[in-house]
Amino acid sequence: MAITIYVPRDSSALSLGANRVAANIQAEADKSGVEIHLIRNGSRGLFWLETMVEVRTSKGRVAYGPVMPKDVASLFDADFINGGAHPLHLGLTDEMAWLKKQERLTFARVGITDPVSVEDYVAHDGFKGLKNALTKSGAEIVKEVTDSGLRGRGGAAFPTGIKWNTVLNAPADQKYIVCNADEGDSGTYSDRMIMEGDPLVLVEGMTIAGLAVGATQGYIYLRSEYPDALVTLNEAIANAYQAGYLGEDICGSGQCFHLEVRRAAGAYVCGEETSLLESLEGKRGVVRFKPPLPAIEGLFGKPTVVNNVISLATVPIVLDKGGKFYQDFGMGRSRGTLPIQLAGNIKQCGLVEKAFGVTLRELLYDFGGGSASGKPIRAVQVGGPLGAYLPESQFDTPLDYEKFSEIWAVLGHGGIVAFDDTVDMAKMARYAFEFCAIESCGKCTPCRIGSTRGVEVMDKIIAKQDHAKNITLVRDLSDTMLNGSLCALGGMTPYPVLSAINHFPEDFGLKKGQVA
Amino acid sequence: MSDEILVDIDQHIEAHVNVPGALMPLLHAIQDDVGYVPEISYSRIAKALNLSVAEVHGVVTFYHHFRTHAPGKHILQICRAESCQAMGSEALEAYVKKTLGVDYHQTTADGAITLEPVYCLGNCACSPAASIDDQVCGRVDVERVNEIIAEARGA
Repeated sequence: MAITIYVPRDSSALSLGANRVAANIQAEADKSGVEIHLIRNGSRGLFWLETMVEVRTSKGRVAYGPVMPKDVASLFDADFINGGAHPLHLGLTDEMAWLKKQERLTFARVGITDPVSVEDYVAHDGFKGLKNALTKSGAEIVKEVTDSGLRGRGGAAFPTGIKWNTVLNAPADQKYIVCNADEGDSGTYSDRMIMEGDPLVLVEGMTIAGLAVGATQGYIYLRSEYPDALVTLNEAIANAYQAGYLGEDICGSGQCFHLEVRRAAGAYVCGEETSLLESLEGKRGVVRFKPPLPAIEGLFGKPTVVNNVISLATVPIVLDKGGKFYQDFGMGRSRGTLPIQLAGNIKQCGLVEKAFGVTLRELLYDFGGGSASGKPIRAVQVGGPLGAYLPESQFDTPLDYEKFSEIWAVLGHGGIVAFDDTVDMAKMARYAFEFCAIESCGKCTPCRIGSTRGVEVMDKIIAKQDHAKNITLVRDLSDTMLNGSLCALGGMTPYPVLSAINHFPEDFGLKKGQVA
Repeated sequence: MSDEILVDIDQHIEAHVNVPGALMPLLHAIQDDVGYVPEISYSRIAKALNLSVAEVHGVVTFYHHFRTHAPGKHILQICRAESCQAMGSEALEAYVKKTLGVDYHQTTADGAITLEPVYCLGNCACSPAASIDDQVCGRVDVERVNEIIAEARGA
């Protein structure tokens, strides 16, 4: 019988040589006459161990990693196809502490299944949520999602069920489901991991959304920096059409939903929902005024659900196991789980899906193992380039939307970027303005002009020119951007800037404890 | 501008003219094929999609991904975002610029490599990241980037 071997097709694994590892395994197997079945799975999310190769044995899946292309011959010598001992042997994958400590709901299948195989997806509880949804009315589906407490995982944390309800109740001849897959925040990659590791869960989630609100067309707006995800998504969508899970007659129900991937083109601001819609319509990605909300007048002027990849990919488990099941995870008003992404200067970077309530310290040290450089972790940016920088004194904050807002921080899309003590926070504040200047859509003045003025003022502060005056100026400018910008790009750039000044004043030529 | 390219462009226009929100997919198709979006195509696109030439120009120039001039044979992108900065991307970008003798948005004298900044490749668990054409590279140090450059130059 053929031996089943898994080598990830996740682009982070590919960036470390997974394709060469896979090719070497096939060549070595051919050479030794061993019949193998090579599956290109998603990543389990332990990136310091990529390329992580798994072999299916009678005891379960056994992992080896990090495997370099040159290690393959020695793996065969060690009889790894039967789980043999080797310096890279990691034991049974299911017993790995890093995975066992997690609560994987949205990521239940990622790394386990063949991402583009409908058969494998169904064998691992796939399309159960859709089957349930097909027995319900739109209002009943929306109620289940509302009951789950699911809030938008893109960053804004708006209750998904309430958004859907608005679209459900908006009369129109055509409605749309738009998936925001323009994951531009530095330190985030959970959308990518879903799209490369379990794209069918996104297909299922969007189809359920379509049934719920009465939309027959979906678009996935995918960032152009994710060419591998594009390939995986298109394969998965084609297979779903073939198997009758997309198209004119979903599972013989007579209901219809069509799905298509559209490529973005490298504009960060298009992660903002209204500029995303402009872009989908073939225009410059310039932010729209709200109201009207996209739920009332969205894509091509029609009622549109715009949700993040993770929000939509969480819908199938909610419809499968019920809103109550999902709602039982989490704390306060943050219900369910959050796929957290550890990035930057961390020893063990990877994907941790946990119920809300886990603290930053647990993530950074228990999961992350501290800094990669071995130096103390000095600052952590949570929630992408528009998220606040947190000092060590705030590491015990539990991950919860409201707890973070109490300390003037955001969870955003769940990305955590750590910096060691070599970081210069004045440079990071300057960078926040610089990034905003590069990516501003130009519609509102605080963002368009403010970002450039911010870079100039930071340059003066760094050069110690008219120091006190310029610190006052940067605070005043931040205030204008915070309150006067049209969207989160200009409106939240002050988060990294002011948190850097407030928590790390010594990097700005101020005395510790001195808040100018 | 060779007539051949114009024929290709016209075929892409033809294939996209009835697609809702056609402009973005059309520009991608042209750039994937030709390597950039030639200015000479603007009026043809505008006519087919019932837009003004200014609108087409506006869209092409709004997005970082679209180029209006032919790039080098390969495109090397270095990630400048926070996660990669935390792992030393600043030193890496300085090294690459010095080694190639170009700044961002420029092409090496031999035409082999166009250097571009990028703001996140989603490879933040393996920072610093870079990409060569569509291939992402992780934990890129000087040694690795030298390999990438040598490979791109066909050495």
